[in-house]
Amino acid sequence: MGAGPDALIEALHAVQETFGYLDAEALAYVGASLRVPPSRVYGVATFYSFFTLKPAGEHAVVVCLGTACYINGSGAVLAGLQRELGVEEGGTTDDGRVSLLTAHCVGTCSLAPVCVVDGEMLPRVTAASVLDHLTVSAVAP
Amino acid sequence: MSELGPARRLKNLEPAGTARATAMVCEAASCLSSGSGAVHTALVDALEAAGVDDVGVKRVGCLGLCAGGPLVSVPETGELYREVTAAGAPELAAALAAADPTAPRAQPDPFFARQVRVVTEHLGRIDPESLDDYLAVDGYAALERALAELSPGEVLAEVTASGLRGRGGAGYPTGLKWQTVAKAPGAAKYVICNADEGDPGAFMDRSVLESDPHRVLEGMALAAYAVGAGRGYVYCRAEYPLALSRLKLAIRQAERAGWLGADIAESRFSFTVEVRVGAGAFVCGEETALIASLQGGRGTPVPRPPYPATSGLWGAPTLINNVETFASVAPIVDRGGAWYAGIGTGRSKGTKVFALAGRVRNTGLVEVPLGITLREVVFDIGGGIVDDRPFKAVQTGGPSGGCIPADHLDMPIDYESLAAVGSIMGSGGMIVMDSTSCMVDVARYFMDFCRRESCGKCIPCRVGTTQAWMLLTRITTGAATRADLDRLESLCSMVGATSLCGLGQTAPNPVFSTLRFFRDEYLAHIDERRCPAGVCTISVEKEAVRR
Repeated sequence: MGAGPDALIEALHAVQETFGYLDAEALAYVGASLRVPPSRVYGVATFYSFFTLKPAGEHAVVVCLGTACYINGSGAVLAGLQRELGVEEGGTTDDGRVSLLTAHCVGTCSLAPVCVVDGEMLPRVTAASVLDHLTVSAVAP
Repeated sequence: MSELGPARRLKNLEPAGTARATAMVCEAASCLSSGSGAVHTALVDALEAAGVDDVGVKRVGCLGLCAGGPLVSVPETGELYREVTAAGAPELAAALAAADPTAPRAQPDPFFARQVRVVTEHLGRIDPESLDDYLAVDGYAALERALAELSPGEVLAEVTASGLRGRGGAGYPTGLKWQTVAKAPGAAKYVICNADEGDPGAFMDRSVLESDPHRVLEGMALAAYAVGAGRGYVYCRAEYPLALSRLKLAIRQAERAGWLGADIAESRFSFTVEVRVGAGAFVCGEETALIASLQGGRGTPVPRPPYPATSGLWGAPTLINNVETFASVAPIVDRGGAWYAGIGTGRSKGTKVFALAGRVRNTGLVEVPLGITLREVVFDIGGGIVDDRPFKAVQTGGPSGGCIPADHLDMPIDYESLAAVGSIMGSGGMIVMDSTSCMVDVARYFMDFCRRESCGKCIPCRVGTTQAWMLLTRITTGAATRADLDRLESLCSMVGATSLCGLGQTAPNPVFSTLRFFRDEYLAHIDERRCPAGVCTISVEKEAVRR
């Protein structure tokens, strides 16, 4: 990877991996380091759905909305989680505990519907099973 | 990802001397998600505790029948154990310790019997994290022979003779694309592997990268040799952490062993490969958008021509193929283009990998000769519909494709036949739907996908997909009139005809194909305010709507 403007996406990946999200300070720093104007850094950071400008919750729940998950009921899983957690898609609970996100297919369609919770793939989920998992992982070290 | 990340490396258990049996544990993403990592550890522990020293445990890539995971295959006996648990490991270990490799082999499941494996021939047979394993199945032999004995033009001629067409979706003849890049003037040329598998319901490229990454690198190196490129990139989506980590490992191994880098295999050919991670944008599967993203910008497409083959990355001639296309190259060079062209049918040569998913029993990864019928894939290989419900449609080509109804189950799977019924081959996602799916809702689902993924550069796609989605939502909530249906059809024609890139041009396909084959379902929602499949919530009072 060079240190020129073409490294912008790689650099943003690295920042988000370290800090969890991209704040204004980080965007400005990346832009200055790579000699990319702030407008373009912001443009790229907001174009890609993987990047987030807001701090994420303690736990990230990603509901897969791929086709196989969808026809096996992932819409109901998402609706149930929205209701129980009281957040919209893309939002974080008021206590900062859970961020509810969606993905367009994580590629494990045989296990549909799936959720990815903190990087762990949960097969054949319901809203209740995801919430149970969150409760358990809150207690676990 | 904790379960799938690079930190978890399980040690294979090597048997002392000749193995009586080897437990090949599937450790691709799907089986790992159902706990195959724990199965591996438990099997090693159980065998060691029992003092068994002639049974091996080996990490392998995708065994294909993802529905039955975690899977353990035993090549010496032909057995495939399904839904293996860590708790069941001692029992399995005992069975393996008593296995008789000379006994008649178990009959292969019909799921496997109908497949022809070229791209996936090593999947489930080798450890994807071992270069030695790849070399043991004659990996890099095609590259070594090509560099020693064949000119770039001869490699190109084999690929052209094979009749291989781009497996990413559009089906452009691979040989022709390579020729264009080879002929294009320019000192620096690039090879890009498109691993931004964005179609929902598609996992062919993920499985290949997780299971046989060196095969893709070998194909890229052969391509680079044929077209005269010195640098390559793999653009892989961030949603595939395991594929990324195994690919990066494979690149490091290949560099150390001299299969990538300077003067490969004592020739004067040099080629390096770098991985670039996508950041979640479906449009980046489109080649000009992918190049924009590789250059560090927003992934928005530009009009073609010029095509990337003449003016691509940094304005240089650039060859872009997808994972499956590159994974087909080594066997073509090794066994000859004529051999490959002997598989398949008409203008669709060779084999195609499909990700079979949805309401079918045997979901998983399948590779079949082109020309096989849909019925054979769904019912013979796929084992039919879950709970024996009636088959309704099979969806191919993702958001750019269509839904094919039961009347067409006996049609052959090839590029032209699929186009004739308003769908496309696409990258290989094949979602089977039964009576529990509403086809209007499916069309709405795909339009919602395109609406969210539209990059916003051109107005027909940005505004048109949103308007079409709103009209489809009106229909699924019972709020639409026949005039809305007319509006939907003319809007979709406009979006398809005037959008800048493939995303918008093909976004109306799911609407057109469901209107063609399932118009009665649309009319039931509009005229009778009824969802025949019972999926849609008809909530709006019609009288209120008419006012």
